[in-house]
Amino acid sequence: MERAPSSDLRARLGRIGTLVRKEWRQMIRDPASIAMGVVLPVILILLFGYGLSLDVKNVPIAVLNQDGSGLAGSLIGRLQLSPYFAPRGVTSLHQAEQLLLRGRVSAIFTVPPLFARQVRASGASVQLIVSGADANTARIIEGYVTGVIEAWSAQRAPGLLAPVQVQSRVWFNAANDSRYFLVPGLIVLVMTLIGAFLTAMVVAREWERGTFEALFVTPVRGTEILLGKTIPYFVLGMAGLVLCVLAGRFLFHVPLRGSVAVLFAGSVLYVLVALGIGLLISSAVKNQLVASQVTLLATFMPAFMLSGLLFDLRSMPAPIRVVTYLLPARYYVALLQTTFLAGDVWAVIVPNALALLAMLGVLAFALGAITRKRLA
Amino acid sequence: MNASAPVVLECREVHKSFGPRAPALAGVSLSVPAGSLSALVGPDGAGKTTLIRLVCGLLRPERGALRVLGLDPVHEAQRIQEQVSYMPQKFGLYEDLTVRENLDLYADLHGVSREERAARYPQLLHMTDLGRFEARLAGQLSGGMKQKLGLACTLVRPPQLLLLDEPTVGVDPLSRRELWQIVRRLVHEEGLTVLMSTAYLDEAEGADRVIVLQAGRVLAEAAPGEITRLAAGRTYKLTPGAGESARTLQARLLGVESVIDAVPDAGAVRCVGAHPQCAPESGAQPVAPRFEDGFMVMLRGHQPPEAHSDIVLRRAPPQASGALIEVRGLLRRFGAFTAVDRVSFSVARGEIFGLLGPNGAGKTTTFRMLCGLLAPSGGVLRIGAVDVATAGDAARGQLGYVAQKFSLYGPLSVRENLEFFASVYGLHGAARRERIDWAMGQFELTGARGAAADLPGGFKQRLAMAAALLHEPRILFLDEPTSGADPLARRAFWRRISALAAQGVTVVVTTHFMQEAEYCDHIVIMDAGRVLAQGTPAEVRARAPRHADFEPTMEDAFIAVIEQARAAEAAAGVA
Repeated sequence: MERAPSSDLRARLGRIGTLVRKEWRQMIRDPASIAMGVVLPVILILLFGYGLSLDVKNVPIAVLNQDGSGLAGSLIGRLQLSPYFAPRGVTSLHQAEQLLLRGRVSAIFTVPPLFARQVRASGASVQLIVSGADANTARIIEGYVTGVIEAWSAQRAPGLLAPVQVQSRVWFNAANDSRYFLVPGLIVLVMTLIGAFLTAMVVAREWERGTFEALFVTPVRGTEILLGKTIPYFVLGMAGLVLCVLAGRFLFHVPLRGSVAVLFAGSVLYVLVALGIGLLISSAVKNQLVASQVTLLATFMPAFMLSGLLFDLRSMPAPIRVVTYLLPARYYVALLQTTFLAGDVWAVIVPNALALLAMLGVLAFALGAITRKRLA
Repeated sequence: MNASAPVVLECREVHKSFGPRAPALAGVSLSVPAGSLSALVGPDGAGKTTLIRLVCGLLRPERGALRVLGLDPVHEAQRIQEQVSYMPQKFGLYEDLTVRENLDLYADLHGVSREERAARYPQLLHMTDLGRFEARLAGQLSGGMKQKLGLACTLVRPPQLLLLDEPTVGVDPLSRRELWQIVRRLVHEEGLTVLMSTAYLDEAEGADRVIVLQAGRVLAEAAPGEITRLAAGRTYKLTPGAGESARTLQARLLGVESVIDAVPDAGAVRCVGAHPQCAPESGAQPVAPRFEDGFMVMLRGHQPPEAHSDIVLRRAPPQASGALIEVRGLLRRFGAFTAVDRVSFSVARGEIFGLLGPNGAGKTTTFRMLCGLLAPSGGVLRIGAVDVATAGDAARGQLGYVAQKFSLYGPLSVRENLEFFASVYGLHGAARRERIDWAMGQFELTGARGAAADLPGGFKQRLAMAAALLHEPRILFLDEPTSGADPLARRAFWRRISALAAQGVTVVVTTHFMQEAEYCDHIVIMDAGRVLAQGTPAEVRARAPRHADFEPTMEDAFIAVIEQARAAEAAAGVA
């Protein structure tokens, strides 16, 4: 029987092709893979795009008008016009307090008696009581209300109140729309999900069901098994990226200020790192349940909490900040936020890409577990 | 087989251990000549899987040397893996791929050309009878078909050595028999070399050579006939007298000092004496020895018998008139799949009731419904006068349950486990102490130190049984208690069960060892969710075709029943 030696390059490529085909078939037939590789990213896109927002809009506030003058009416009218507030008239402070206590309103805005007269005389004050349960939102409400009053007084009673006008601008997120930085974050989560989580699950399944054991005792090389696993999930990850970028661009109108090439190059690096971590974890624990738990704790949760995607890294306590340097997601978030919101800023891109590259090198070295084809 | 055939596999003083536990292999030496069928026989934990994995180069030995096809599996694993074929215990199939895709995967990996496939596939599919199912997903095949597909995948090209790790475990007897026929034909017609592990002693008889492994050591390496001969002139058959059951006769014989082994067999008792030509009792008929008899003689030489004292209950369960368990038209569906299809039977007080069938037959599902752990989709289920569906808790208080897997708390000690279960059953103070002392004494648990997880298998099983009996239940449920246990532990188990039944405890037990049906008063044989046969063991055995030279076994009956059922199904399909 004439047979090409198993080390022949064509034989190698043939075996890799076989494994990729096998993986692909399994992927499309397994509802769990589809759920994790397609359904979950779509849910995340919709959740991030429509559900999750860090902006303050339509905040319910109780308005108590104890003055009754036209002047007070015009001030309250301002609040009603603002898109940030949903004012609700009350007749007593007691009623307002009850609403605040029950969480029906987030703030109480009181115009005191004799307001109009005081404005014309020496200057008046209004009272704002803000629920501090969410300190962040409280501060934003405070700022918005102050803004409304300043705008009103500048127009209505010029010269009476301090004529200082604060001009503030928010850079990068000029519209102060949190979607602008949530969409890059979304890409990180989807890539982590497909690269690390899904890969860890399918590899752990092979260990658990004994299929790796059968596969090992064939001419297939360890590196071929590794590539057979990497290629399909790499492609799936890239498909997820395209999906997210398109959704960001056309559904949520997030600008892409940098180049597509940089975006994709950075993503390739990150997906490979995530794949490496997934392969490493699943080969170490060889059990789907444990692999999913460990991957969740080691990749997905940190990508969510500690990558700078939701919380500013600079405001974290120093020991936690040190931990974030170990997280690949941190570098990818920096890359993405820069390419999306600022442009190709090489001073940010190069060091972050190098960090990912270094991690990839370490992982490639550590992945001997699979390439050695041993069970223990 | 040729004595001068080249040696395909050779092990010398191979050691392997995992962690601080007893070594998996403690100095194993053996050899496998080309063109032979060798059976690696031993109970769970004997080291069979470890040995096969070492041969494949999937593990490294600690000490000792292995040569496989003249190669060293430590340094030349890849070259060995290219030439041998290996079917791991779980068959190594991809359940999301079809039969054909699984075959193609392995053929691709082995570089089998299109022309070779065209010649080989029809052969393989014919041999395994899988031709009709080419497009079916492997996950939707029955256990027996999966096992045959796994075998076909190892044969996409003729391997230099075929390694099969417990291919017949949990598979129905018909499929087991078919697999052995296929393998034997491959060895004798195509000259294949096969090393196959099994926990079933009766299978060893079909091999050319037997390697008996126990606790990481080779007890014997010989032709099966040589081991059978150890019991030559010592095997007898005894028929129980009036008013005596085979089970009680067996228990009595095991108590006789000159008896090595006694098992119920086709209504009588098979007995192996300690000395040749020395019948244990008058009326004993000499019979031809079997492999298992020789095996027991050999084992007794290595392991002195456990001192037995039969379990004595503090008080017998209450009397009952009529059936204690009544099952009528029991049905359970999981989606479109019917796991238990209109099963009916009844069990009387103090009876041993056996539920037999291969994996996937619906035994465990039936069991879970009996215990009130799973709601039936239909049918009536009564324990005593209580309907389990409406008063599950009241029914549950009357029964003890020993699950298939060790379901006690591994990190707790023996006493802590018992204390916990006693509390769960509502026992406190002096009553609890009294029950625990009873259990520790009756089940010989006093010597155990440390965590339950680290106890030997037989010990764990005694502990699980003790825990299930703490609240003095009327009924004891045991799910596959003997699977993977060595023959000695299995006999000890049945002895305990017989003693409990004699004192009025009703026992319901599942097993896939067909011979164990002989210990039961009544049995139900299930396959694919349906009852194929039921009655006393003698009634079921009578369904097997009669033979002039030998008494048909329970296994023969089971196979006959399956074949009849399939023929009826095929006839119905044609009509």
